[in-house]
Amino acid sequence: MKANGQPPRWATRFLQWYCRPRLLEDLEGDLFEYFERNVKHKGLRRARIIYAIDVIKFLRPYTIRKIEFFNLFVHWIMIGSYLKTSRRSLVRNKLFSLINIIGLAVSMSVGLLVIAVITDLNAYDDFHQGRDRIYRVITTFRNADQPPMELASTSVKAGKKILETVAGPQKVTIFRQGFSGDARVGNATFPLEAIWADNSFLKVFTFPMLKGDIATALEEPYSLVLSEKTARKMFGEADPIGKPVMFDTTSYMVRGVVKDLPKLSHIRFEMLISFATIEAQQEEKTNFYNWDNVWSNYVYVLMPEHSELAPVESALAKISKQESAALKDKAVSISLKPMLGSVLGGKLSNNVGPAISPLVTWVLSGLAFVIILSACFNYTNLSVARSLRRSREVGIRKIIGARKSHVLGQFMAESVIIAMLALVFSFGLFLFLKKEFLALDPHISDLLSLDLSFKTILYFIALACLVGLAAGFLPALFFSRINALLVMKDASNLKLFRRVGMRKALIVIQYTLSLFFIAATLVGYSQYKGLLRFDLGFETENIVNIRLQGNKPEVLAKEFAEIPAVKEISRSLMITSLGSYHGSTLKYGLDSNNVWINLVDEHYLPLHNHKLLAGTNFKLKPEKGKESEAIVNEQVLKRFNIAKRNPEKALGKVITVDGQPLTIVGVIKDFHYGTLESKIEPVMFRYSANEPSGFLNVKIASNDLPGTLETLETAWRKVDKVHPMKAKFYDDQIEEAYSQFSVMVKVIGFVAFLAICIASLGLFGMVVFTTETKLKEISIRKVLGASEGGLVYLLCEGFLILLIISALIAIPATYFFFDKIVLENFPYHQPIDMLELLAGVLVVMFLAFLMIGSQTVKAARNNPAKVLKSE
Amino acid sequence: MKGTNLGEFEELVLLTIASLASEAYSVAICDELEKYTGRTAKLGVVHAVLNRLEEKGLAKSRLGEASSTRGGKRKRFYEVSHTGKVALTRSKEVRENIWRNIPGFNLEGSI
Repeated sequence: MKANGQPPRWATRFLQWYCRPRLLEDLEGDLFEYFERNVKHKGLRRARIIYAIDVIKFLRPYTIRKIEFFNLFVHWIMIGSYLKTSRRSLVRNKLFSLINIIGLAVSMSVGLLVIAVITDLNAYDDFHQGRDRIYRVITTFRNADQPPMELASTSVKAGKKILETVAGPQKVTIFRQGFSGDARVGNATFPLEAIWADNSFLKVFTFPMLKGDIATALEEPYSLVLSEKTARKMFGEADPIGKPVMFDTTSYMVRGVVKDLPKLSHIRFEMLISFATIEAQQEEKTNFYNWDNVWSNYVYVLMPEHSELAPVESALAKISKQESAALKDKAVSISLKPMLGSVLGGKLSNNVGPAISPLVTWVLSGLAFVIILSACFNYTNLSVARSLRRSREVGIRKIIGARKSHVLGQFMAESVIIAMLALVFSFGLFLFLKKEFLALDPHISDLLSLDLSFKTILYFIALACLVGLAAGFLPALFFSRINALLVMKDASNLKLFRRVGMRKALIVIQYTLSLFFIAATLVGYSQYKGLLRFDLGFETENIVNIRLQGNKPEVLAKEFAEIPAVKEISRSLMITSLGSYHGSTLKYGLDSNNVWINLVDEHYLPLHNHKLLAGTNFKLKPEKGKESEAIVNEQVLKRFNIAKRNPEKALGKVITVDGQPLTIVGVIKDFHYGTLESKIEPVMFRYSANEPSGFLNVKIASNDLPGTLETLETAWRKVDKVHPMKAKFYDDQIEEAYSQFSVMVKVIGFVAFLAICIASLGLFGMVVFTTETKLKEISIRKVLGASEGGLVYLLCEGFLILLIISALIAIPATYFFFDKIVLENFPYHQPIDMLELLAGVLVVMFLAFLMIGSQTVKAARNNPAKVLKSE
Repeated sequence: MKGTNLGEFEELVLLTIASLASEAYSVAICDELEKYTGRTAKLGVVHAVLNRLEEKGLAKSRLGEASSTRGGKRKRFYEVSHTGKVALTRSKEVRENIWRNIPGFNLEGSI
């Protein structure tokens, strides 16, 4: 009968859990009797279902056990005893305690880092007094045939309309980004960036004023409010209020100083200029006040306390409808979005301040979770494996009168204590990691401060508790189930290897993850190197790109040309292949489409070694606006089907860009204008030798690159004394353009390293334990004549199989992950090198073999007489 | 407390316990009840009533010997306690009193 099946185990367990002990036994028996009957009449499946339903049906007031407060009280009394035994067992098993604590500490330090990052991101803008009442006005911009665009910016008109017609908001502020200029105070010059802000700005946001009158500081045109730092830079310790500051020929007056901004503020400024200034500077007929001029103005509203948002929202919708009616082919509508969470708010164009995709935080948390889980597995595995040693203790506790729940509590408490110990170590590691993480990339140190606060410390402790509970749960459950009598009679009776399946599964999961991470790091690294080495279609070696910063290109070029190491100089509006774009509409016949443009002089193409397929370089040197030549790439011919895509025949054809007819004089080979994440698109070069906001491209022939940079700097100083030279090697710029990938590879690499360390620790513990328990078996085998090699094989075999299984899972998983998911986004990626995949796996395997091997060889070499004589 | 008053189903269960003598445990009681009344007696209901009867002191219970059937679980055997017997006799008397007073013709023919 028994072979025919049992009732569902979980249902029985549930019954045992909730049912009063007095009623339990016979009720269980009754249900079992009915179950057996049902098996006969209705089949096993139905019987099991009925059994489960009955168990649930019996959940009634009179069957549920009462909470025994006395039990809880016992826990309290026993804490001292728990602590003592825990400490003793920690000290007695030094190796295992060390493995557990190190593993937990290392993994938790990553968790701490992630917690610090996430709390930082969530703490953005917390210093504003009305933080949960401040809303941004965001804009949805719809062009006729394009998908709608969501912008954090809006129009000045929107701000004015809200101010004038909408009753709800308590305060409305308009500000505008994009001021940069050189401030002159006396003879000193300071390059500054600022935002234009209206008088309500300092009332909506909480940037405390140190000096000046908050009510009027930004009212008049040409008023300035400085941050503390800027004020000290410009005026030293002198009182800046009322002092004049010159920008070009305009004089401004300082009317206030605000405290330096907290780091976690999404709005950042060195200086505020009154919004009235820019309004005063508008000429008669500009689009400054147009409804669709939504690109660099921002409107924030402060709502009164306990106010409804809906009336304001509907008022905004009404305004949007009215105003958009006047627009042709497009619709611009505005709505509100809370200011809090703007950093994690997902993608808005023209965002003020940093924006992080929520995905990033999920990925980071995921990585931390995986690592911590791995360390928890170690704890679980080792504790259960070593249960033999402590089963007597549990037995005695039970015989003296401990309940299941007491034993459970004891072991949970023990694991929490260990986790707390680990927390101490991991906190030290965290301080180190924090420094490294912030140094990883300038963006990160700009975005986060990772300072400790009371709240983060609380989170840390909560994490440690949680980790302790998670790690200790299974072992505690195991111990609490131990049958006291059986254990006391003969400890070896304990079904020690009953859970071997679970332990094996845990090891396989750990190793699969570690192998996945290491393989991902290697593949990612080689792909990243591939991106840097990629043949872009032109040369970037030894080229220094120098930002003109408003200087006259010919003057600078003349200075640079005198340096002997400088081989060639060209000019361009922008630097290609870095992910920045400059586009316009190209017309050919009736067809028109977007085309990417770079404005260059006649030296640009030869200097970068662009390959002309047909035609020549620019010959003419026209004045601005009188150009007549264009050089296009193959994609232009393909897209517009010019001369049946034949480069030779395309020469002389006329295209129109920005209303200017241009003759194609050259066709160049396709090259990467954008980053390698995008496909090659139609690109053209136009001629322009004078772009003050552009770059000089200087090709150097010298072995002493830093030295040459210094001579360039000296030459720069002769021309421009105010701005420091902004020069960068092209290759470095390309590396920067892909810095996110290098950060990613570093992070994943680090995680891989940790994962391997933790998995190795765990494996090591298991091997030591297995060889220890099998010592007698080995000795007997040896006495009977087994060879050392055979014994090593016997001990290793099980672990080897586990490792091979995890490799078999991890390698294809990594391959498909990269091939089908990651590299899909890179049209120009390199094929995945199987050797890389295997190399990582082999290294990890080798480490594992080394560990298993060393322990098993030690065990196999043991003198059997020594082991056996003790019995 | 409604203590000595017997509900209809309670009375039936108590009677069944008495009729089963030493073999009165929950499953057997259910089966007997089904046999007598012709309607299905759910274990859940019977179990609750047994529990209540015991609480009221109308029945007593003890655990039997362990055996290999029922998954090794012991049976709980019930027997009618002294108060139970008194209650049963009382309710029987009440009924008989009333029956005696029903004029013969009143129930004839209606069956």
